[in-house]
Amino acid sequence: MTEGTGWAVLVLPLALTAFALLALAADAAVGVRVAHARRSVAAAAADPWREVARLLVGQRRTTVAADGVLWRSGVVTVPLAALLAALVLPLGGFAAADPGVGIVWFNAMEILGWAALWTAGWGPNSPLSLIGGYRFVAQGMCYELPHMFALITAATGAGTLRVGGIVDAQAELWFVVWMPVAFVVYLISAAAMAFWGPFDAPLGRDLSGGVVAELSGVDRLVLLTGRWLLVVVAAGMAVPLFLGGGRGPLLPAWLWTLVKTALVLTFLLWSRRRFPTVRMERFTEVSWLVLLPLTILQALLVALVVLV
Amino acid sequence: MLTAVLFWLFGVSAVVFGFLVFRLDSMARVTFALLASFVFVACEVLLLGLSYLGVVIVLMMVMEMVIMAVFMIMYMMNPAGLMPMAMYHNKPGAMSVSLGTFVVLATGTFLVDWPESRGSRPSDTTKALGESLMGPQMLTMMVLGLVLFATIVATVVLATHRGRYDRFGDDLRARPDDPVPGGVRR
Amino acid sequence: MNLELFLLLGSGLLAIGLYGALSQQSVVMLMMGLELMFNGLIVAAAAFWYYVAPVAEGQVLIVVLMVVMAVEMAVGFAVVTAIFRARDVDMTDMAADLRE
Repeated sequence: MTEGTGWAVLVLPLALTAFALLALAADAAVGVRVAHARRSVAAAAADPWREVARLLVGQRRTTVAADGVLWRSGVVTVPLAALLAALVLPLGGFAAADPGVGIVWFNAMEILGWAALWTAGWGPNSPLSLIGGYRFVAQGMCYELPHMFALITAATGAGTLRVGGIVDAQAELWFVVWMPVAFVVYLISAAAMAFWGPFDAPLGRDLSGGVVAELSGVDRLVLLTGRWLLVVVAAGMAVPLFLGGGRGPLLPAWLWTLVKTALVLTFLLWSRRRFPTVRMERFTEVSWLVLLPLTILQALLVALVVLV
Repeated sequence: MLTAVLFWLFGVSAVVFGFLVFRLDSMARVTFALLASFVFVACEVLLLGLSYLGVVIVLMMVMEMVIMAVFMIMYMMNPAGLMPMAMYHNKPGAMSVSLGTFVVLATGTFLVDWPESRGSRPSDTTKALGESLMGPQMLTMMVLGLVLFATIVATVVLATHRGRYDRFGDDLRARPDDPVPGGVRR
Repeated sequence: MNLELFLLLGSGLLAIGLYGALSQQSVVMLMMGLELMFNGLIVAAAAFWYYVAPVAEGQVLIVVLMVVMAVEMAVGFAVVTAIFRARDVDMTDMAADLRE
């Protein structure tokens, strides 16, 4: 795996944002079809850009006795966490960085989202935002342990924490084939990590937006962009971990990576429309009593296969 | 040169944020000041070439401090610091003890004739740590595992106020009357 | 950048943590002081690993320190919760039964 230099770090945010915007436009277009609205798909696909422009010129809201420092730093940390986690994301045979502890780095950077969302909810001194922030902490306690075991399973199967090494270890057999439980748990936790789809309780409609309830203008744009980046990065990481990286017939490696990322992303977009929001007190028990034992068994199985 | 600049940057930031922990009024800010201090220490550890431990410190401390923030706000009388109040006892005594400790440690640091480095640093520190934990230091690892397990049991026993007899009745047969139903319908 | 500077940083963090642990009335703030002291120990242990003895046992020491921090926090909050449930108290001065 070749590691990138300085310019890769500059290109990465732009590329990820472009990918996220494409996905956003596609999602908006699908939304029109689902709603049977009398609008052309092209007009709906332009909605996200209009929204971006509106937020860019919109006024930033301030509230009484807000904790400005924590509020703004929390908002900025959401896209920052996604970009830092994306540093180890390989595109074909190329990554911005491929450190020996790539998996741990990815995990540590996406956990920054915990602090980011809680402070973004705490900052505006508003009960709805605060409840949203607390909901995400509860959600984090649920998804994180199964998520860690899913990551560790892939690392165990490859015998390395280096993302490039994990891709190389799937030369013969993709990990999704013999670690299906870890893959499914990864997809669930990816959605939960990006407070996405059925796990969007922190931004729930019942809280009139939760964490983003008091955000407007650029602040709102930054946090929601960060959420899309998190989804894209989480979907992108499933490819080197379980789907064989850039391996595939005919097409070049980088294109395969993009195609697979788009497929995983499509699944995440579909699951958001398909399933209702999961309530945390229910997911907690499912996560700790079902998902966690399953992932431990999966890790044990993989460890035995590797040893024998 | 660059590493020296980074060392001073991270070191001074770690100390400043550490000091802010006891100067700020808002409990949320206090917790995240402590988190910042930990992250800068993790940067120092990364600077020393311990990549795995440095990243793991960040990972663990973010989780720990977010949970800590929840408890801080739960138990402090003035969580947002909107009405500053002093919650100290024996401030001068504490200050003199800690200053004295610092002076003793600092003089010791500069007076002791530290030995030269023995052996060479491994190229892959993560691998060295893993092989040590799974080899010669296996006993340490097992003890740590047991300690953590005992901690889980002890903390649950201490913190919970409803045991299984409260949930299922005296003969453990009743349907649990949980205030919040769980997801797997036990 | 040398061993002495790292140890000085570690001592500084340890001293600040000690000040907090001794001067704070609230148990949770006291625990923040303890955490800062462990923070200083981590810096010192990492520096000793780098400059004096780059053996794996040095790294194991840092792992042990991190586990101690986790245990300290978990048990600390559990005890605070238990005391708070029993008598609505979260200050060290009011939980000083063993002093008498």
